[in-house]
Amino acid sequence: MTTLKQKWAAASSSTSLKATSHAAADTASYRKAKNRLPGLAVPKSTTPTTKPPLTFPGQLAQSTVRGYATQKQATAYIHGDKLYDIDKVRHDFPILNRLINGKPLAYLDSAATAQKPAEVIDELTRFYNEYNANVHRGVYKISEEATAAYEEARAKIARLINAKSPNEIIFVRGTTEAINLVAQSWGRANVGLGDGIILTEMEHHSNIVPWQLLAKERGAHLKYVGLTDDGHLVHEDFRQHLESGGIKLVTLTHVSNVLGTINPVREYIREAHKQGCRVLVDAAQSVPHMPVDVQDMDCDFLAFSGHKMCGPTGIGVLYAKKAILEEMPPYHGGGEMIREVHLYESTWRDPPYRFEAGTTNIAGAIGLGKAIDYLSEIGLRNIQAHDQELTEYMHEMLGKVKGVKIYGPANPRTKAGVISFSLGDVHAHDMASLLDEDGIAVRSGHHCAQPLMDRLGVSSTTRASVYIYNTEDEIDRLVESVERAGRVFKI
Amino acid sequence: MSSIYSEIILDYYRYPRNKGTLPHAQIHARDTNPLCGDVVEMQLEVDEKNNVKDVKFNGQGCAISQASASMLTELVKGKTIDDARKISKEDVLSLIGGQLTAVRLKCALLSLKVLKTGVYNYIGSTDASKDELSGL
Repeated sequence: MTTLKQKWAAASSSTSLKATSHAAADTASYRKAKNRLPGLAVPKSTTPTTKPPLTFPGQLAQSTVRGYATQKQATAYIHGDKLYDIDKVRHDFPILNRLINGKPLAYLDSAATAQKPAEVIDELTRFYNEYNANVHRGVYKISEEATAAYEEARAKIARLINAKSPNEIIFVRGTTEAINLVAQSWGRANVGLGDGIILTEMEHHSNIVPWQLLAKERGAHLKYVGLTDDGHLVHEDFRQHLESGGIKLVTLTHVSNVLGTINPVREYIREAHKQGCRVLVDAAQSVPHMPVDVQDMDCDFLAFSGHKMCGPTGIGVLYAKKAILEEMPPYHGGGEMIREVHLYESTWRDPPYRFEAGTTNIAGAIGLGKAIDYLSEIGLRNIQAHDQELTEYMHEMLGKVKGVKIYGPANPRTKAGVISFSLGDVHAHDMASLLDEDGIAVRSGHHCAQPLMDRLGVSSTTRASVYIYNTEDEIDRLVESVERAGRVFKI
Repeated sequence: MSSIYSEIILDYYRYPRNKGTLPHAQIHARDTNPLCGDVVEMQLEVDEKNNVKDVKFNGQGCAISQASASMLTELVKGKTIDDARKISKEDVLSLIGGQLTAVRLKCALLSLKVLKTGVYNYIGSTDASKDELSGL
């Protein structure tokens, strides 16, 4: 397979040599090619697309809108031996051609859900058009094709997060279901009266409520790790809770969906394991944005969603260590998860099938597999570098706006892709409405993290989050629009 | 653009009329918009002829929800309970002016829902009134 670098080298012979030598000399860092290599020509869309981008009635293509050239400069990143061609990436996302209120969509809500590249959308159509069949049961051609694609998707996920085996990968609806599965299956079997579960104050509701339900049912206690004023976990709280004894599980987010804080999960896991506790990592905001290695991290459970990483909605992943999965009872009963069924009792299949009762989201799994191909082709390190650069830029530019308060870490290098902010007494929903008028999509509200909002002393924040297709120009538009909101509200 | 954020809306948001509590109110209702976290509480003091003698609101949330609540208190004050019952969505929206998206309509109409909930609890609710409230 041709790598991006080779494609690029073929398209731009003399400058590419410079670029690759830079890359070779400085593999640990990345730079914008436009900064380091003046005049570098970045090839437009090196992959021919079979279809023109989607257009919507009454809407113009992006390039024809005056004053809103979101791609005014070709931008390329080099990390290791890979080229990050932002123009090509943007071209892969049909939705970015939409105009909102006459302006190009600036989608800054990828922490809620990511947009989908044409490759993923096309693969869903191809599945339904060409090989739609139920998996594992049919002995006919298209069922075998569907089964192979479904299991290949599982293997791709295992490779992505460096699981030891695809059998450690369970398909679920999303992060929420993954956590509920652990709570209801592992939790009910292992957490008893008086036992403790450690959580943190920055968890999403999906990593709080399932444990409240379990704790109530089993008579267990929840213990929270508090936050510093700048949005980091209070390590001392964690140590004290661990030492208090009786802790069965530590469950924490890798990256905060509100503050963007990257938590030192590896360290927490090591300490928890010393006390014999299991650890679940909510990786919904990390797997899409950075390399995640479950063996290196040594987590016992890892949960994430497909839709935040360019895959379809309704598909997600629970990773768990094989030895743990083998001991876990079923979560849902039904077809596909059984070995033998008798009138009054049944026996279960081995993991992962024990936890995949009924017809699963086959198309979703195949689409997620395609999304992983897409992200892997760009490179997770490359994606991390791109997101990091945009996060730092957004942090700096928003921070300069009069009246803006940014929540969470003051150092944007400890944040991943997410910035929560407020402007004077402008309510987050009014801010989001005003930004929408300018075609900018952001999140506003409590972000399904009410305990964190209480800790911050606010009822809501505005949250802007970036991903592979966002540009500095879009951040500039966000900042201009926030300034306009300030003028409307006379801040 | 900014059609919805008129001077009037901002004025009511920053300087709300009739904000506070009424210790002797006969009518008291509160509701939230779980989507946004907007909270609106309404209290009405009613005389023996069912005239609204005084009305106060309390709450927190976006400019639209808080301004509309304040404007609604001014509309209700001095009217009868029956007049209050008859206030329509359109009446409230015309007070606010401008175009609202479907999501923001919920913010604009939260105070009306709270007012009507209180009024129906006071005069007795019917199946029709329950339908009306669930449509707000």
